[in-house]
Amino acid sequence: MADSQSTLNSAAETDAVIDVRGVHYAVDGRPIFAGLDVRVPRGLITAVMGPSGTGKTTLLRLVTGQIYADRGQVAVFGREVADMGRAELYATRRRMGMLFQNGALLTDLDVFENVAFPVREHTNLPEPLIRTLVLTKLEAVGLRGAAQLMPAELSGGMARRVALARAIVMDPEVLIYDEPFVGLDPISLGVILRLIKQMNDALGITSVVVSHDVHEIATIADHSYLISDGRVVASGSPAELAASDSPTVRQFMTGGAEGPVRFHYPAADYATELLGAERR
Amino acid sequence: MSDGSREGVLEGLRKTGVTALFFGRLLGACVPALGRPRLIIAQIYNAGARSLIIIMLSGLFTGMVLGLQGYDLLHRFGATSALGTAAALSLLKELGPVLTALLFAGRAGTALTSEIGLMRATDQLTAMEVMAVDPLRHVAAPRFLGGLIALPLLTAIFIVVGLFGAQLVGVQMMGVDRGIFWSQMQSAIALKDVTEGVVKSVAFGAVLSLIAVNEGYHADPTAEGVGRATTRTVVASSVMTLLLDYVLTAAFL
Repeated sequence: MADSQSTLNSAAETDAVIDVRGVHYAVDGRPIFAGLDVRVPRGLITAVMGPSGTGKTTLLRLVTGQIYADRGQVAVFGREVADMGRAELYATRRRMGMLFQNGALLTDLDVFENVAFPVREHTNLPEPLIRTLVLTKLEAVGLRGAAQLMPAELSGGMARRVALARAIVMDPEVLIYDEPFVGLDPISLGVILRLIKQMNDALGITSVVVSHDVHEIATIADHSYLISDGRVVASGSPAELAASDSPTVRQFMTGGAEGPVRFHYPAADYATELLGAERR
Repeated sequence: MSDGSREGVLEGLRKTGVTALFFGRLLGACVPALGRPRLIIAQIYNAGARSLIIIMLSGLFTGMVLGLQGYDLLHRFGATSALGTAAALSLLKELGPVLTALLFAGRAGTALTSEIGLMRATDQLTAMEVMAVDPLRHVAAPRFLGGLIALPLLTAIFIVVGLFGAQLVGVQMMGVDRGIFWSQMQSAIALKDVTEGVVKSVAFGAVLSLIAVNEGYHADPTAEGVGRATTRTVVASSVMTLLLDYVLTAAFL
């Protein structure tokens, strides 16, 4: 275990596909990140966990170059995102796939055309080849039969699987999942979990899974980061996090309302407000 | 100047600047978008063909009212023979471009804004960006060009149907001589009058499509935000149509 961990760490140092170092980022003066460090090693599944509102989605936007850090470095494939011109940024994005929380399928195209969309945009492949490619990816997510449906006709779980097919259709090197388990029934959840693992095992795709579903993610992640208050409060394998005695980690893993992470939004004293004369 | 009004002016200037910058980027995106005529044709269909019924109905009734009012007015001076000219001039220079633009803002402009706003709210535009597809080129530019092309075409149809309506009332109902109605019109209308209508409709097409696309593209990604953006599209389009109409009319006189 110790050996594999040190191998992992050295791999992380030398071959990080995504390397976030000392990132500070604030929105309207409210700090989201204050010195965030996250490294995603090639070929592994890295989980980024944290309570709601800790900026997990913001991290994904930083990595894909939709926003830029106020301070610190965000490097993807060894290149600083902030230094990339538009052409290089777009070329980098083509090597990445991203699965959005709600699927983000294009509502005016059917399932087949949604999956074919990146292929048509970026290549001049002949139609029969596009058809084969799209059907292969749809088969991988079990939705070949739904090719002619419109996004409005899909359930949430199906939409996410179509989005996954679209994310892998260009054979990306990195797949980023934004809250892939939210609102899924147990069957869809199990299927998505297995798909993430399969993509990683079979295709060697580096995966970043942003989630707060601790138990689901623990079954597939190689390495996890726990983010709270704008920085990484713990990192390690799921087993290490589970065994941690840090109060923050314990609170997050067991789902306690009391602990270092505040469940209650700051407010006046409860009794005073209940008994108080008027509402402000 | 009070602090409130100064802030209001600054905010107005900022918005104008943002819109101008967006317009520049949009024009830049139009060039590559021309390479995808299928997308533009789909938008001409959306903004144009789908507005046909409302445009033709409105044109017909506008022309019929022109026929009635024009006949009533000209009859008092014993000049009903000028009915064709009067109807054609008002339709070509004013009513055609302006009414079509106002109807376009209500029918196609709102549809454009809410569609693009909802694409923003459901992460479709972000998804495109992450897939290395420029949403400005793929979504905004074809819709802008579609509106720009559709509005002058709709205006022409409005005018033709309007003339038919004026003729229906003036000639068929009120008994103005058919030959005089058409020949007076033909001899009195100059190319300049037609040009004025064409210039106005193209200008309205550009401004209204820009407003609709800009509001949708920058809408707050919430149900409320998209609703507000749609309202702003109608208000801004209507005011800009009438303001621009005055400026262009003055320029042509």
